[in-house]
Amino acid sequence: MSRALPPFQRFLDSERDVVWRFLVASVGRSEADDCFQETFISALRAYPRLRSDSNLRAWVLTIAHRKALDAHRGRARRALPVAEPAAVQNDATTSMPEHDGELWDAVGELPERQRSAVTLRFMADLPHREIAAAIGCSEDAARRSLHEGLAKLRKAVTA
Amino acid sequence: MDVSYAAVDSPFGSLLAASTERGLVRLAFPEEDVDTVLERLATRLSPRIVEAPAAPQPVLRELDEYFSGQRREFEIDLDWSLIGPFGRRVLQVTSEIPYGGVLSYSEVAAEAGSPRGSRAAGNALGSNPIPIVIPCHRVLRTGGSLGGYGGGLDRKRWLLELEGALTPRLDPSR
Repeated sequence: MSRALPPFQRFLDSERDVVWRFLVASVGRSEADDCFQETFISALRAYPRLRSDSNLRAWVLTIAHRKALDAHRGRARRALPVAEPAAVQNDATTSMPEHDGELWDAVGELPERQRSAVTLRFMADLPHREIAAAIGCSEDAARRSLHEGLAKLRKAVTA
Repeated sequence: MDVSYAAVDSPFGSLLAASTERGLVRLAFPEEDVDTVLERLATRLSPRIVEAPAAPQPVLRELDEYFSGQRREFEIDLDWSLIGPFGRRVLQVTSEIPYGGVLSYSEVAAEAGSPRGSRAAGNALGSNPIPIVIPCHRVLRTGGSLGGYGGGLDRKRWLLELEGALTPRLDPSR
């Protein structure tokens, strides 16, 4: 039995927290707001074309991920470091569960693919297959990136 | 977006008003489950449905004026997309019943050219997606009893009393 696409407002209501947390982890609070708006504007435009059996969470996170990359590239051109402790508020409502500044810095310093894999895993609880779809790589590559990213984090935080 | 919706305050409680760029497409009574209403709109019109901070100004204003007895005719644009071809004929006839007037189900059926008679017309009226504005409350049973109403007979009676089609001492409902 095919499910119809839910009304966009309902989709927005149910995904907004996950998308917000993902963007805060990816680009920091100060840029998350713009990325958030852009993500849902893009989603609104494309929404009616979706198949009703699509995984909406993975889809919107793919969009959010692209917006986050755009923000990173913009930042790189402006020659600012990726993890700016001053710009990122360690706010209980937007932190990962065992979040601390040191961990956050370490995530920010991971190479792009590993950072994406780690944040998609912990912000959105996505399985490897969907991380792969969001990042645009094979499931094996996603698995490896996640594994390597976590290994680097463990090393960075326990050093 | 394709459809926007917002709550509208009224003597009946909070109504849900949904609009497309063509006009008001749905007006739902408070008892109707919002998610069900929205899901039907998503399926039949477009899933691009977003909540608006308020209903369009003309909708708010005209409903307000109607409920306070200041307005007898609605001028807001309507979107008839949710209404099928038979319903369209029935509700078109209904729209032409003047404020304060009534017709019977069988008269509406006849005017709408319904070979299937007043029961089919009654069903079409019962499916009216834009009650109050498309005045299905102005249709009664032959003999004057109220018949049915999606929003409940109390509201049908209230609307007819507001319009002067019914006065309490002549209230024919059983």
